[in-house]
Amino acid sequence: MNANLDPRKRSSFATVDWLTIMLYLLLITCGWFSVCGASYDMEHPDILSWDSRTGKQLAWMGCSVTLGFVLLMLEDKVYDTLAYFVYLVMLVVLALTPFLATDIKGSYSWIRLGSISLQPAEFAKCATALALAKTMNQYGFTLQNWKDFARAGIIIILPMTLIILQRETGSALVFLAFFLVLYREGMPGCFLFSGIAAVIYFVIGVRFSIETLPGTLTPIGEFSVLLLIFIFTLGMLHTYVPKFRALWKWLISGFVLIMAALAFSTYLIPFDIAWVTLGICIVLASYLAYRSLRERSIKYLYVALFSVGSLSLFYSSDYVLNNVLKPHQQTRIRVLLGMEEDITGAGYNVNQSKIAIGSGGLEGKGFLNGTQTKLKYVPEQDTDFIFCTVGEEEGFLGSAVVLGLFLGLILRLIHLAERQTTTFGRVYGYSVLSIFLFHVFINIGMVLGLTPVIGIPLPFFSYGGSSLWGFTLLLFIFLRIDAGNKRTTN
Amino acid sequence: MTRDTQFGNRKYVIGGAAIAIIIVYLIRLFSLQVMSDDYKKNADSNAFLKKIQYPSRGLIMDRKGKLLVYNEPAYNIMVIMNEQQGIDTLDFCRSMGITREFYIKRMAEIKDRKKNPGYSRYTPQLFLGQIPAEEFSVFREKLFRFKGFSVENRSIRHYAYGVGAHVLGDVGEVSPNDLENDEDDFYNSGDDIGKLGIERSYEKQLRGEKGMQILLRDVHGRIQGRYQDGAYDQAPVPGRNLTLGIDIDLQALAERMLEGKRGAIVAIEPGTGEILCMASSPTYDPRSMVGRERGKSHKRLTNEAGKPLLNRAIMGQYPPGSTFKPTQALLGLQEGIITPAVMFPCYHGFSYKGLHVGCHGHSTPIALVPALATSCNSYFCWNLYRMFSNRTKYTSVQEAMTRWKDYLVSMGYGYRLGIDLPGERRGMIPNADYYDKAYNKRWNGLTVISISIGQGEVTATPLQIANLAATIANRGYYYIPHVVREVQGAQIDTTYRRRHYTMVSPSNYNYVVAGMRQAVLNGTCRGANLPDIEVCGKTGTAENRGHDHSAFMGFAPMDHPRIAVAVYVEEGGFGAEFGVPLGALIIEQYLHGKLSPASEEKATKFQTRHIRYERES
Repeated sequence: MNANLDPRKRSSFATVDWLTIMLYLLLITCGWFSVCGASYDMEHPDILSWDSRTGKQLAWMGCSVTLGFVLLMLEDKVYDTLAYFVYLVMLVVLALTPFLATDIKGSYSWIRLGSISLQPAEFAKCATALALAKTMNQYGFTLQNWKDFARAGIIIILPMTLIILQRETGSALVFLAFFLVLYREGMPGCFLFSGIAAVIYFVIGVRFSIETLPGTLTPIGEFSVLLLIFIFTLGMLHTYVPKFRALWKWLISGFVLIMAALAFSTYLIPFDIAWVTLGICIVLASYLAYRSLRERSIKYLYVALFSVGSLSLFYSSDYVLNNVLKPHQQTRIRVLLGMEEDITGAGYNVNQSKIAIGSGGLEGKGFLNGTQTKLKYVPEQDTDFIFCTVGEEEGFLGSAVVLGLFLGLILRLIHLAERQTTTFGRVYGYSVLSIFLFHVFINIGMVLGLTPVIGIPLPFFSYGGSSLWGFTLLLFIFLRIDAGNKRTTN
Repeated sequence: MTRDTQFGNRKYVIGGAAIAIIIVYLIRLFSLQVMSDDYKKNADSNAFLKKIQYPSRGLIMDRKGKLLVYNEPAYNIMVIMNEQQGIDTLDFCRSMGITREFYIKRMAEIKDRKKNPGYSRYTPQLFLGQIPAEEFSVFREKLFRFKGFSVENRSIRHYAYGVGAHVLGDVGEVSPNDLENDEDDFYNSGDDIGKLGIERSYEKQLRGEKGMQILLRDVHGRIQGRYQDGAYDQAPVPGRNLTLGIDIDLQALAERMLEGKRGAIVAIEPGTGEILCMASSPTYDPRSMVGRERGKSHKRLTNEAGKPLLNRAIMGQYPPGSTFKPTQALLGLQEGIITPAVMFPCYHGFSYKGLHVGCHGHSTPIALVPALATSCNSYFCWNLYRMFSNRTKYTSVQEAMTRWKDYLVSMGYGYRLGIDLPGERRGMIPNADYYDKAYNKRWNGLTVISISIGQGEVTATPLQIANLAATIANRGYYYIPHVVREVQGAQIDTTYRRRHYTMVSPSNYNYVVAGMRQAVLNGTCRGANLPDIEVCGKTGTAENRGHDHSAFMGFAPMDHPRIAVAVYVEEGGFGAEFGVPLGALIIEQYLHGKLSPASEEKATKFQTRHIRYERES
């Protein structure tokens, strides 16, 4: 029998997804050119020297590619078998890190090993993804079961907490990406929706907390948020309690009441119409709680809880902003929401990065011709703000290509994850793509001034060995799992 | 192992979210990079330091190519307010040689947006301008200590001769007014601009074009090199050099002879209209109007008696007196009021209907040529009276007056001639309207008879008088007098290259020339009779409340004239007293290139003969 026809003996290189590898190689190559542009020193223009950051990055890229191929050669069962072990070791390392690490800009997350520094947090994502995949792969595991859900949650929260203890909030937030995996695996959508709704309440509530609605004494923010809570509550009712008939009555009477209050305030006596809206929300929540008790249906209670939770979250957000957050964090939030113009302080980075990107124009200034990045106007331009260099030197077209490559990678990974035959493979695959998506979303959004400034690297672009190796590890383990998977199914 | 189908649709939600994020970011990128230009400008102002390269100002030479005005290096001390903090003020003031009070005052002035409209805390502002090299050396050594202060290399005007201040003018720091009227957007606060004289009127030619060096500046403000190795730099274009019609030796002589007197001497080359010399007294040393001293000197000169800043040659409006008579002769001949043969009586003056205009002793009756030679008042009074009462030729006295005025305007009187110097005045030639208003329309030739002898309402600038001499020398035309003969690499304005013909035909000029020649040979101008030059001249003694002005107008040689001159000395008495000898010396100097020893002695005599002025003029 021909050896090639025996699927068990075919090399994983034959079945590995070469398209993903191509995307990976394209991205790290683009990344290296960006590092060249960003760390170009007018006094030391030799970009291939080992002393320069470009030279080092090239070496790390070489290591990464080697690492990738080594990972492909390992037996695919290894990852499943070692998952918990790796996870536990990682937890220990994370716990020890603050004691071994040196202070770099207030964070204790870097461990020095000889001449190179490593950031364990970058590798913790991979370990967590493996452990999560293994847990969810267990027979009978379902997220509808509270205990199972809690187990999955703990696996995510543990490393996250340890990383927060290292004062590396940015890296810790990345672990939120795992909730996208949980969503895919059956976590109720309302959880995700509640999370997003919370962000919306906060943003709108704070952003428009000063201007008042014409003719009333109500801040626009408060009014809009209360209205949203009312609409979201009815929306949830519609989704989760389809038999609830009075939906339209509630919607219409709510709007009529609000309009009446608005008219009364505008034409008769101005007053704070937020009380009316708040009243409607409370009445609705109370009514739902009553229905829940009367009909012994927990679903009504959930919706009521959503409504009450939203209200309390909104009214506490103001308190949190002013009393819990530190002044520099408050400033950051206000600047992000456009309430303060602070181009020398907290907004400086973002303003300079917008200038750098905006000056790129359609076609960019050309490789190594960027003035803003070369003259160091953008801080951390070769790590967190690396995308500025792409924007400035390659222009809109180059930036669009890079964004396209990332989108291509993520969509391809969704496709690969969906074709896995094991829950292990699928969960791990979704973990990988969710982490990439989160990084791209936050990092590029921050550079474009759309998301908060959270210091996390752009995969394959940002200068640094740890993050490049971390992302390579994540990706190639999945490619190996996929290759093995494909071999068994063929 | 089964594929999870229960939540399979959620992959679309996740994929859709990824696509939505990328699309939003693409839109954002598009709006930042393609839709808006602001970021590009912002980036440029971030990274590019546009350093202005100042052109060197054009040089000024006299008609023989002698260098009159040139540039020497000087230094502007600039300050960036934002960076200037915590310097040792005492040390600074000592090195600069200024007082602490001056320092504080100057800083306040810089910040005052009314006085300094272009003020910015982040850009260099002029602290002190035009410091000469020798004063600067002390400061240069200490410059590194004074954070926020920097130096700009500039140049300062130097004058090779201490004469010609009124013509040459000077440069000074641009005023807020200049900045407002700056249509080409050429000047920045602290720049120099021509303030007076040809420095002002030829500012655009002299200043050249600024260059620009584009430097790359990093986030700390350090210069990191030139942008694209200077590919987009622009080299400054030096200003154009000017060659003047002025003969600097002649100018020096004229100023020398006017010392201690008030008045003006103007000489014109009739064939071109070029000004050969233009002296106005009292004058000042142009070298005092340079650099930091300019403001102080300017203030002092403004308050000084005799108003040295006034260029009397073009701003002084005097009664022309008898120098006006040739114009009367010319228009009388042209209008047919007189012929060379017509004689008028003169019994120590013009007496008619109870009006008497005095004259000095000479034979009577008298014809045109001797009348000019002896400067007979009566002759020209009759001439005007006959013209103004000629009802066959003119329907009214107003019409005659208008005709009279038109002749004079065609000879360059009554309006600005249009010399290439700022501040020229027009003089006064009255018209019919003027007298209609003054006399309620009840007037006749006798009422205004004094205008026939250059008195009364008639006034003219010395330049206009010199221009008359040039017109007669040319037998009927003139070029608009101009100081600048040649602009390097360009032609002078066409208005200065066009002949302006008067309303009098050339043949009639010959009689006037003959009269002026007779005046020199055996008339009032005998003092101008040079042995080897055929000078033509006309004296003027303008009545001025007991202190008559002394004037002279003439040209030489009679045929192919090369110089026309006007001399006007305030309160100098008879024309022969100052006007004639000064005019003769000017003619001799110019035509011979030097003065004879006897003339030299005469010039020195006049230099030391001062006139005491009681009234302010």
